[in-house]
Amino acid sequence: MRGRLAVLAGVVVLAAASAAFAGPKPAGGTISGKVTYEGTPAKMKPIDMSKEPSCAKMYTTPPVAETVVAGSGNSLEDVVVYISAGAPDDAAPSTAAVFTQKGCRYIPHVLAFQVNQELKIVNEDQTSHNIHPLPKLNREWNKSQPPGTPAISEKYDKAEFIPVKCNVHPWMHGNFAVMKNSHYAVTGDGGAFTLANLPPGKYTVSAWHESYGDQSQEVTISGNETKAVNFVFKAKPY
Amino acid sequence: MRRIHFARMVVSVVFAAGLPLAAAAQQIESHVGNLTGHSEPGRQLYFRYCWGCHGPHGDGNGENAPYLNINPRNFVAGVFKCRSTPTGTLPLDSDLFNSLKRGFNFTNMPSWAALTDQQRADLVAFIKTFSPRWKSEKPGDPIQVPPEPALTIGSIKHGGELFQKLECWKCHGQEGRGDGPSASTLTDSNDQPIRPYNFTSDNRSKCGKTNQDLYKIFMTGLDGTPMPSFADVVKPDDAWDLVHYLRTLQYNSPSPELTLWESTPEGRTVVAAKAVKQTDTGSGVKP
Repeated sequence: MRGRLAVLAGVVVLAAASAAFAGPKPAGGTISGKVTYEGTPAKMKPIDMSKEPSCAKMYTTPPVAETVVAGSGNSLEDVVVYISAGAPDDAAPSTAAVFTQKGCRYIPHVLAFQVNQELKIVNEDQTSHNIHPLPKLNREWNKSQPPGTPAISEKYDKAEFIPVKCNVHPWMHGNFAVMKNSHYAVTGDGGAFTLANLPPGKYTVSAWHESYGDQSQEVTISGNETKAVNFVFKAKPY
Repeated sequence: MRRIHFARMVVSVVFAAGLPLAAAAQQIESHVGNLTGHSEPGRQLYFRYCWGCHGPHGDGNGENAPYLNINPRNFVAGVFKCRSTPTGTLPLDSDLFNSLKRGFNFTNMPSWAALTDQQRADLVAFIKTFSPRWKSEKPGDPIQVPPEPALTIGSIKHGGELFQKLECWKCHGQEGRGDGPSASTLTDSNDQPIRPYNFTSDNRSKCGKTNQDLYKIFMTGLDGTPMPSFADVVKPDDAWDLVHYLRTLQYNSPSPELTLWESTPEGRTVVAAKAVKQTDTGSGVKP
């Protein structure tokens, strides 16, 4: 009797385990690489925050503008690398993408999220900001967010790269990258990116930078291989 | 005789049924009160009165546009300043109708009160043909403007506290002259320099001169400009307090709010101090 129970228990465990393994998508191919620049990028100027003392005092040395962020080894940061063709649209994840105003700057400088995904905007500063994204395809709205007020919740229904500004603090610049599918990455220091779980097919990988424009390359995935794709942007001296 | 009469009747019935149907299929309508406007007659009016500034394509690039300081509205973008609807949403037909009748204070857009109501309704219908947004979106739900509460000194003073707390002065300045610390760097959504409203100019605001107009400006925002919506952060009662306070900033224009404010010693001192600063150039700087 005990033996049979043990076997039964074992079968149940096995069934549960295989069900768990059957759940996630089978791993597909990967596209990974680095984004670098050639040439000399313009020197970023320090930001003068004297008009907003509550933010200026948070910095021992003034921060520099983030229009071009050059990382180590000629890498280019804040580049959105994404699949622009060949992949179907994905439903938005249920987690929100968070955009924070802190020290009178936007964190992160480039926020990538999906169409219809919740965008949560938080003000952690002692001063009021107004959030003014400037889309051309999506709806343009402009909301005030004083300190201590709840997060603003919004979403966009079209894919687009949207500049964001605060009118009160003219040095604040950020970007929303609204993506159609879940295959995207934003480069950090080192310029590395990885787009994983790609089923076999022909893809167009694109890289977008707010100052240096965008580039695309075609990549074919046939199985579970990793294809290396690198992007090199021409730096502008101004 | 009867046969000819019958044939003519058939032909006229066919025509009567055919033409309006064909035209109606292309037309957009507007509904303002009891009026229904149609875009076809609106088109005739547009190309008589409007296209010189707003352009043949409705994008604000008319012949006169390069000479205008505040650019004519680009109807293709579907972004409008004076609405009863939340920021980022399309205006109501009545918003567009009222904007046409009122004109836009401090711009080159005149009042079109000389047109009939029907003509204005037809123009509203035609303006809606420029932006594809009208086909895919409905106008926003208009905000509810509650009845104005009683005007009291407490209301005015509370409005003053809100003016500080919401940091309106960052753009509008402490006295509402449009000279706040951020004022000189303001740009509109087309990167054109733009100035914040100067409350000391007179009692007209961009979208009208009533207290309700003023209420709607900061509770819906002026889309396309730096002026945001405060609807998410200001309660309706507080909004009315702010309206009462803002009227006291318009110290060159008599109003019940200003009269009440000046009946108090504090109010008298504050307003008197403003008047002294006024110089010939209006800059407050003594030559």
